Amino acid sequence: MGSKLLLDKVHIENIRSYDVYRREGGYRSVEKAIRSMNPVAVMEEVKKSGLRGRGGAGFPTGMKWSFLAKPEGVPRYLVCNADESEPGTFKDRYLMEFIPHLLIEGLIVSSYAIGSNRTYIYIRGEFKWIIDILEQAITEAKNNGWLGKNILGSGFDCEIYVHSGAGAYICGEETALLESLEGKRGNPRIKPPFPAVRGLWDCPTVVNNVETIAAVVPIINDGGDNYAKIGTGKSTGTKLISSCGNIKKPGVYEIEMSISVEEFIYSDEYCGGIANGRRLKACIPGGSSVPILPANLLLKTAKGDSRMMTYESLADGGFQSGSMMGSGGFIVLDEDQCVVRHTYTLARFYRHESCGQCSPCREGTGWMEKILLNIENGKGKMSDIDLLWDIQRKIEGNTICPLGDAAAWPVAAAIRHFRDEFEWHITNPDDAQRRNYGLANYAEPLKVVAV
Amino acid sequence: MIQFSDEKLKEVQRIIGFYPEGKQKSAVLPVLHLAQQEFGGWLSVATMDYVASLLQIEPIEVYEVATFFSMYNLKPVGKYMFEVCQTGPCMLNGSDNIIKYIGEKLGIKPGETSADGLFTLKTVECMAACGYAPMMQLGKHYREHLTKEKVDAIIDECRKNAELNN
Ligand SMILES: Cc1cc2nc3c(=O)[nH]c(=O)nc-3n(C[C@H](O)[C@H](O)[C@H](O)COP(=O)(O)O)c2cc1C
Ligand code: SF4
Repeated sequence: MGSKLLLDKVHIENIRSYDVYRREGGYRSVEKAIRSMNPVAVMEEVKKSGLRGRGGAGFPTGMKWSFLAKPEGVPRYLVCNADESEPGTFKDRYLMEFIPHLLIEGLIVSSYAIGSNRTYIYIRGEFKWIIDILEQAITEAKNNGWLGKNILGSGFDCEIYVHSGAGAYICGEETALLESLEGKRGNPRIKPPFPAVRGLWDCPTVVNNVETIAAVVPIINDGGDNYAKIGTGKSTGTKLISSCGNIKKPGVYEIEMSISVEEFIYSDEYCGGIANGRRLKACIPGGSSVPILPANLLLKTAKGDSRMMTYESLADGGFQSGSMMGSGGFIVLDEDQCVVRHTYTLARFYRHESCGQCSPCREGTGWMEKILLNIENGKGKMSDIDLLWDIQRKIEGNTICPLGDAAAWPVAAAIRHFRDEFEWHITNPDDAQRRNYGLANYAEPLKVVAV
Repeated sequence: MIQFSDEKLKEVQRIIGFYPEGKQKSAVLPVLHLAQQEFGGWLSVATMDYVASLLQIEPIEVYEVATFFSMYNLKPVGKYMFEVCQTGPCMLNGSDNIIKYIGEKLGIKPGETSADGLFTLKTVECMAACGYAPMMQLGKHYREHLTKEKVDAIIDECRKNAELNN
């Protein structure tokens, strides 16, 4: 079994409560950081760990913190991104729901490093019951002296507040999130200036994902060097993967970034193989925004190497034959699934979530949705495939925020790898109403491997 | 008359206290949630104006936000709102059939409310429950791993609760 740094204690009874969490060694990292390290030393430790942002972009966390502007007399803010809305992703929810104090602990240490006296958790509004869980944890932490004024006699003050969103994927984008936290519509800002220079209320701000912040706890407890020993290359440490779709055991798994995709899908320690004795057709390994891969390219790179669950290996081959780690939302499609229909639901999602500021995104997402629905319903034309391709090309790179790209990539990858399935829908509209295209030639019939 | 109880007004003050002096506009989302919950499950113009007055901002600032976010209902809704996810991962696990089934059972289409005012069916996009699909939100909580039998039981449960509260 691989080592677990975040979820190792999640199954202990009542770990959600402060007393049990503390008894199990909780809040040691706060003691260590505040008593024996200065903020710069905490940041250096995070740099050494090689930790990369777990929200999707994978940006090195220590480096992000070091970019923070520090003008005299201006407050700095840490904002935790708990908006978790990328289809396929449900790991932050799991962490907050079952081991909330880990997030609070990480936030206190990170706030100390950054110098944030007011730290916000921006949580998606649908997680109503988790807001209560977090507020309870914050109250407990405060009652035990980990929050409030002069924490551990250090002179450092910190409060954490939970701020509820209200149903908008775009508010996961960090500048839209900040707009929303200021009480405005969630329209992303033009960058630069970056939040590190002008963020919340124009003050320097760090935005980090829930899992990123939680990972700071083991990094401070055991040292950045030890954290960096786990994993491979620039993919250090462990990663939470939320796996879903047609697998035997959907759920949230903490993996060392050194296992193969094949092991993750087929071993009993993780997904346990494809559900209902079906075969693997395709997978979106990092949340709906990253390219879908057919089974053969998922398990092996174009060079024939075994594909690993790391940032580098999942991206091997670029968009031609690779994908991305993204947020770790692992969506598996079995041989009975229709790639056209699945892509249509994603296109509908992005149309629904576009904030509407940029014409290519606002209009393009709607066109793609409509065309995909037509093809799915047997009303497509051959030229629609090229039209889709053209639209996604014109969205990508031409918008204020990356939602445009995120809407373009799933469509592009579906056409790139599954063009024959699109064509079959168009040439066999009646069949397409009655049955799915099946596995076709996307994947070798895969045997279930024992790992 | 749109007016929070003293207890809810205290809650509004607690929320405003999350933000620095003069930044009370930030409280608009949480206060709108509270208002929607208190004033019939939706936001009328009068409700939004009331929130604006509480936060000392212009009504238009509240309308702008209320129309942006999908959790705010700008029309009356049923007592029980079934918010069923229809995005990719749920679709792979049969959400289309669940939505159809609920619709047939209640005699309504997505976006509609049943004649008795009890149920609204709303399709929503990814709720971060993909591993427990298909799913819906009902009030504060998620109902996951939905089957037709579970849907039947949930509808019965709502009907019973509605009777008890009458
Ligand atoms: C459309 C869109 C949605 C996003 N949603 C989320 C989200 O739900 N949670 C998250 O942590 N990051 C999300 N991000 C990434 C954030 O903008 C940001 O990079 C991240 O919160 C930074 O934290 P990290 O460095 O710890 O990953 C999203 C980005 C985009 C463009
Ligand atoms: S790309 Fe889309 S979501 Fe992002 S700012 Fe432009 S219109 Fe809004």
